[in-house]
Amino acid sequence: MKNWFMLTLIGQDRPGIVAGLTRALFENGCNLGEASMVRLGGMFTIMMMVETESDRTELITLTRPMEASTGIRVHIDEIEGALHSHIEPNYRFTVYGADQAGIVAETTETLARLRLNIINLETDVGGTDENPIYIMHIEGETKAKQEKIERALVELAKRKNIEIRVIPINTLIG
Amino acid sequence: MAQLEILTFPDDRLKQVSTEVEIFDDSLHAFLKDLEETMDEGPPSVGIAAPQVGRFERIVLVDVSIKPKIPNHGRLILINPKIVAEQGQVVGREGCLSVPDFTGNVARAESIELEAKDAHGNTISFSMEGYEARAVQHEMDHLDGLLFLDHLVSRRDLFRRKKYK
Ligand SMILES: [Zn+2]
Repeated sequence: MKNWFMLTLIGQDRPGIVAGLTRALFENGCNLGEASMVRLGGMFTIMMMVETESDRTELITLTRPMEASTGIRVHIDEIEGALHSHIEPNYRFTVYGADQAGIVAETTETLARLRLNIINLETDVGGTDENPIYIMHIEGETKAKQEKIERALVELAKRKNIEIRVIPINTLIG
Repeated sequence: MAQLEILTFPDDRLKQVSTEVEIFDDSLHAFLKDLEETMDEGPPSVGIAAPQVGRFERIVLVDVSIKPKIPNHGRLILINPKIVAEQGQVVGREGCLSVPDFTGNVARAESIELEAKDAHGNTISFSMEGYEARAVQHEMDHLDGLLFLDHLVSRRDLFRRKKYK
């Protein structure tokens, strides 16, 4: 009986983390599903779906040498999820402006009121130390109409003096 | 009339380069009917290419008129299509009848000048832009054994390009 687990790893970035982990999983008969890996602030995180006949304890045993040798922390959850259950985003948002407290909170609250399900969110800080600018990208799914979304965001953009773009994602199937 | 089976990746036949149509006869017209039926009766799509149903000839069908508020030329049968000029580049999201359960971002020319033959071998030409131009480019890729997977841009690339627009 095979089970799906979510492996979440976090640690100091260094070459070979992904190779070390995936080699260990492969050699122990695990299948990899979807994965997301990102480097942020010198740290490296991995979320990875793993299908295996092993139980949680065996997976912990498998990843322990890596934890010991690299200082990377591994967290393991058994999950219900499976492959082939993608949610397609239908809107993309770009938000940018002078860095200030509350941009993420206020934007995501506004989107939550529009019943938007956030699928991806990334933020960056650019500009200079004296004049930092904050840039956020969101992809999400909602049934709300574009006009309604724009109305809500125009109000927010004015209040916070930031720029917000709403771009419908019209996926082409052909 | 028959609904044809759609090949799905990793079927190697999708990587084949299709040949030009030379004879515009009844057998071609019968195939075009089947291709239309396959597009209309299958999962919702705005185009289909002959190699997707295992006929390796340079034939595509495009119809973006079902999508609201998009400039279009209606239902297009394009035989031996050629892009003679193109301009600009835009990133948009694509999926494919031959690649179930995956969509990704792809960069395409924003506007194209297109030449092709119609079902009777007459030369036709179009200027098109945006979504319709994207659909034609997606379908024409199939004629050269390419999938949108061959043009994927990562999310970050997409974001970088869009950042200060
Ligand atoms: Zn396709």
